[in-house]
Amino acid sequence: MISTVEQLKAARQAYAIQVEMRAGSDKSEGKIRKHVLICGGTGCTSSGSPALRETLEKVLEEKGIADEIKIVTTGCFGLCALGPVMIVYPEGTFYSMVKPEDIATIVDSHLIGNVPVESLQFHEMTGDHHASGLSDMTFYKKQHRVALRNCGVIDPLNIQEYIARDGYLALAKVLTEMTPDEVIQTVLDSGLRGRGGGGFPTGLKWKFASNNRGQVKKYVACNADEGDPGAFMDRSVLEGDPHAVIEAMAIAGYAIGADEGYVYVRAEYPIAIERLQAAIDQAKEEGLLGEKIFGTDFSFDLKIRLGAGAFVCGEETALMTSIEGHRGEPRPRPPFPAVKGLFGQPTVLNNVETYANIPQILLHGADWFASMGTEKSKGTKVFAIGGKIVNTGLLEVPMGTTLREVIYEIGGGIPNGKQFKAAQTGGPSGGCIPASLIDTPIDYDNLTAIGCMMGSGGLIVMDEDNCMVDIARFFLDFTVDESCGKCTPCRVGTRRLLEILDKIIAGKGEREDLDRMEEMCQYIKSASL
Amino acid sequence: MKKKLTTVDFRGTKEQEEKLLAVIKKYAGVKGAMMPILQEAQDIYGYLPYEVQKKISDETGVPVEEIYGIASFYAQFKLNPNGEVAVAVCLGTACYVKGSGDIIEECSRVLNVPIGSTSSDGKYSLEATRCIGACGLAPVLTINGEVYGRLTKDDIAGILAKYM
Repeated sequence: MISTVEQLKAARQAYAIQVEMRAGSDKSEGKIRKHVLICGGTGCTSSGSPALRETLEKVLEEKGIADEIKIVTTGCFGLCALGPVMIVYPEGTFYSMVKPEDIATIVDSHLIGNVPVESLQFHEMTGDHHASGLSDMTFYKKQHRVALRNCGVIDPLNIQEYIARDGYLALAKVLTEMTPDEVIQTVLDSGLRGRGGGGFPTGLKWKFASNNRGQVKKYVACNADEGDPGAFMDRSVLEGDPHAVIEAMAIAGYAIGADEGYVYVRAEYPIAIERLQAAIDQAKEEGLLGEKIFGTDFSFDLKIRLGAGAFVCGEETALMTSIEGHRGEPRPRPPFPAVKGLFGQPTVLNNVETYANIPQILLHGADWFASMGTEKSKGTKVFAIGGKIVNTGLLEVPMGTTLREVIYEIGGGIPNGKQFKAAQTGGPSGGCIPASLIDTPIDYDNLTAIGCMMGSGGLIVMDEDNCMVDIARFFLDFTVDESCGKCTPCRVGTRRLLEILDKIIAGKGEREDLDRMEEMCQYIKSASL
Repeated sequence: MKKKLTTVDFRGTKEQEEKLLAVIKKYAGVKGAMMPILQEAQDIYGYLPYEVQKKISDETGVPVEEIYGIASFYAQFKLNPNGEVAVAVCLGTACYVKGSGDIIEECSRVLNVPIGSTSSDGKYSLEATRCIGACGLAPVLTINGEVYGRLTKDDIAGILAKYM
């Protein structure tokens, strides 16, 4: 049980040894010589990482060195295309596409003989540069990890490792040294905007919900209903660093005066749900959630609610209607959730990535956060990059990084020597960035200005072989399916649009069809919720 | 994804019904409990046939049309049972741009089951799913939950043969 700030600080010091080796330190706990980190994100789990762990445990047992090597299953490292991925510390040797039959070689040569197995190590796609560790890989070099700082570094199922990396220190600071209004002011000053895609200033949202603290029942909610196809930022944060979201929601609770929170997660994310639930249970056991946290008068409880696969539930009012147990249909705004949200009470609703930034902002200050990014978009943004790209995976860059840097430097370019055609952002309701605009610095306002949107961070790359009309049809098909049906312009209009596109694909398009479609799009947008 | 009410006969057991009643009891008085009840009911039966919806309605007092409204609204709730071999092809964007449209058609051809339905003997079902988040392995499909990734159309017959 941790019931005072001093106890938390003492725990942090005691646990530090568990993770120091991963920062290159040669200090070790007892007999442990090396840490082997195996990615347990959804991507690597699908490509067979659980079997790697089993084999590794067996081989270490046979060789009699099971007590010298610590195996850690982490969240996503980011390089999903090369999964399953494994890192050995303190060297930081990066093994990619490891198979169970490779394990014996790695154990003999590297873990016993201290000679990394070169043939199994990750090689840069360009030239014969041989990356020796994470910081040396092009994929990681340009990245700046704030929301993902613990993903692929700690064991998400072990609260001690989170505490060792400054976990819950921000909550402790907020509860014992700051007033709720100071917390809100710090978030406001940091310039943090909603990472779910809307880009609304987070501090402002909190301020609107902060009236009548202590007199009205309020809620804090987290949107983890990541519905955009090809987007897996929020899932990776929940899988890799669930405590960061819990800590942030408790901070939000203190700021607005709420004692209860809900996380709405897609049911399609079983690993994320399992780890979040385990993290909530651990936090409760340690007294970091529940009654009178850190001996103050602040109490906070957190529950998980599962979505059931409805795209529209990513919209805030629909999400809340769904938590209440109904069809997830949006309601008109105003009233905004800050006034009348979940169960009719004032509610703050933020997305997972937004929350993941909060503890860092309160720990390091608004100025630190505001020093990253562009004038109106501060901080970093996590992207899930997929489609026709070499390094499919998860990355985090400062706002203002250009699409070219993301695709050609971090992403490693387009495979098979093909030409880049467009990048799709913002999911089905977003847009495509054509090759001519590839040097646009990515931030909220720039993307809106070119008729696209930031969205939640899904970035699908398309090459010369992809047909844009077909892609448009694919998204319209999705939209027709997922229209909740409440507003007629959307329900009927999207279907009419699809019919026109079908006609064009069948080779019967007319010039006027384009004007007709554009006009209809404007009507749908302005006349639906 | 489009949904139809099932044509397969309901074969619920007494044991399943007891579990369902326990779930409903567990959520008595909980705010917004209908979603978790339906989710756990689907875990028990594998899908949500009319009989199950009716039972939940009788026990909770929520009209069955409202329950059907919820069950038919969310893609996760199934009104049809899965086949013994349940094939699901991801049609998320990352998979789609890498050719999962061709993959699902090939599955449909090999299994002789239309997309989104279950064969009449209940053996095979084929569905298109939303993004399952394994975009790094695109295009992907799952068979009874096992993931197959980095597929080409030519891999399909070989993979399915293992289950036929």
